[in-house]
Amino acid sequence: MSSVSRFLTSHWGPILTGLVVGILAPILVKLGNPGNMGICMVCFARDIAGALGLHQASVVQYIRPEIIGLLFGALIAALIFREFKPRTGSAPLVRFLLGMFAVFGALVFLGCPWRAYLRLSGGDWNAIFGILGLIAGIGIGIVFLRMGFSLGRNRPAPKALGWMMPAVMIALLVLLIAAPQFGRDASGNPTGPIFFSEKGPGSLHAPLIISLAIGLVIGFLAQRSRFCTVGAIRDMILLRDSHLLNGIAALIVAAFITNLVLGQFHPGFENQPVAHSNGWWNFGGMALAGLAFTLAGGCPGRQLFLAGEGDGDAAIFVFGMIVGAGFAHNFSIASSPTGPAAFGPITVIVGLVICVIIGLTMREAKA
Amino acid sequence: MSDIHTVDARGLSCPQPAMLARQALEKMDKGTIEVLVDSTTARENVSRLARNSGWNVTVEDQPEGSYRIMLKK
Repeated sequence: MSSVSRFLTSHWGPILTGLVVGILAPILVKLGNPGNMGICMVCFARDIAGALGLHQASVVQYIRPEIIGLLFGALIAALIFREFKPRTGSAPLVRFLLGMFAVFGALVFLGCPWRAYLRLSGGDWNAIFGILGLIAGIGIGIVFLRMGFSLGRNRPAPKALGWMMPAVMIALLVLLIAAPQFGRDASGNPTGPIFFSEKGPGSLHAPLIISLAIGLVIGFLAQRSRFCTVGAIRDMILLRDSHLLNGIAALIVAAFITNLVLGQFHPGFENQPVAHSNGWWNFGGMALAGLAFTLAGGCPGRQLFLAGEGDGDAAIFVFGMIVGAGFAHNFSIASSPTGPAAFGPITVIVGLVICVIIGLTMREAKA
Repeated sequence: MSDIHTVDARGLSCPQPAMLARQALEKMDKGTIEVLVDSTTARENVSRLARNSGWNVTVEDQPEGSYRIMLKK
C-alpha cells in the first residue's frame, strides 16, 4: 500500500488522476449524465440544492451520487494513509461566502473548472472563454496572496468534527434512495421535501451505483495526488510548479480521446449541452469563480476532498456552494442555454468587488 | 555556526506554506531553514519546491502530528 501511496504522491499522481477523470467523466455522460457533465462540482451542488428544495428550478433537481462518492473516496484514502485530521477555525464565515460567490460565477458560465476542462474536451469552444476567465481570476487571487492575503490558521479539532460531513453525505444518500414525498399540491406537483427533475439536465443521470463507484475511485485518487483544478494554474503562475498542471493536461487529453471514441466530440460554439455562447459572461463568471476558489485555497473538488480529510472549513465552503446554488436560481443569477440570466452579470460585478475587498482586508491576526 | 531561520506555516491553507518557504529560500543563498507544517500536502509542496531549487531536504515527524522540514544548502 505504501508503494501505491508513493506513486500517487509522486509527479505521476496528478497525471494518473487526470487520466482517470478524463476517461470516466465522458463514460458517465455515455451512461446518462448531461452532456459534458460527467463530473461538475458546481452543477452537482446546484442539483442537490434543487433536490432539497432550496430552489424551484424543476429541471435541475437531483441528489448527485458522484458528490457522495467523491467525499467518501477521499475519506477512505485519508483514513488508510493516516491523513484524517479534523481541523477548523480558519475564517469559516468568509469561506462560506467565497463558496457562494464561486458558485454564482460558475453558474453564470455553467460549470466549475472541472467541467470547463471537460467542456473543452467535448468540443465546446465556449469553454475557452471560461478557462481564460478562470486564469484571470486566479491571477487576481495571486496578487492578493503576494500582498499578504490569508484566511488565518486552522487548529486541530475533535475527531467528531471530521465525521460531520460524512454523516451529512450519508443523510443525502438516504434521501436519494428513499426520496420521501409528502404529497402533491392542487396542480398535481410534488410538494417535496425531496424534488427530482422529470425533464431537463436534472433528469439525466448515470445509474446510481455507477455514479457512486466512480465518485469513490476519483475521490480516492484525488485525495492522494492532491489533484486541484485551480491549484494547477495557481502553482504554475505563482511557483513555476507544473506538478498539478500535468494532471489537467492529462485530463483534457484523456477526455478528448474518450469523447472521440464514444462519439461525444462535437466542436463548435452553438448548441452545446448545458452551455451558452456569451463569451463576455463566460469569461466574467469564471473570473469571479477563479478568484473565489483561489482565495479559499483550492477548486471545489479539492474543497470536497479536504472535507473528506476532516477539514471543517472546506466543508463550510461546500455548504456555501450548495446554499449559493439555491440563491443563484431564486435570484435569477444562473445562466440558461439561452444566455446569462437577468441578474447574472450584475452579480458577477458585485461578487468581484466583494472578493477584492476580502482579498485586501483578510490578513492573519497576530496573537 | 549559522543561525537557523524558522518558518512556521502550521494551519495555513494552500499555497501559503510553499509561498512562505520560497520567500525564505530566496532570502538565503545557503544555510539552514526550518519549516514547520502540519499537513502532508504542505510537507510535499515545501519539499518539492526546495528540492527543485537545489536544497537538501529532510523531514522529521513531530509528536503532535506536524512535520519539521529541514532545508540545507
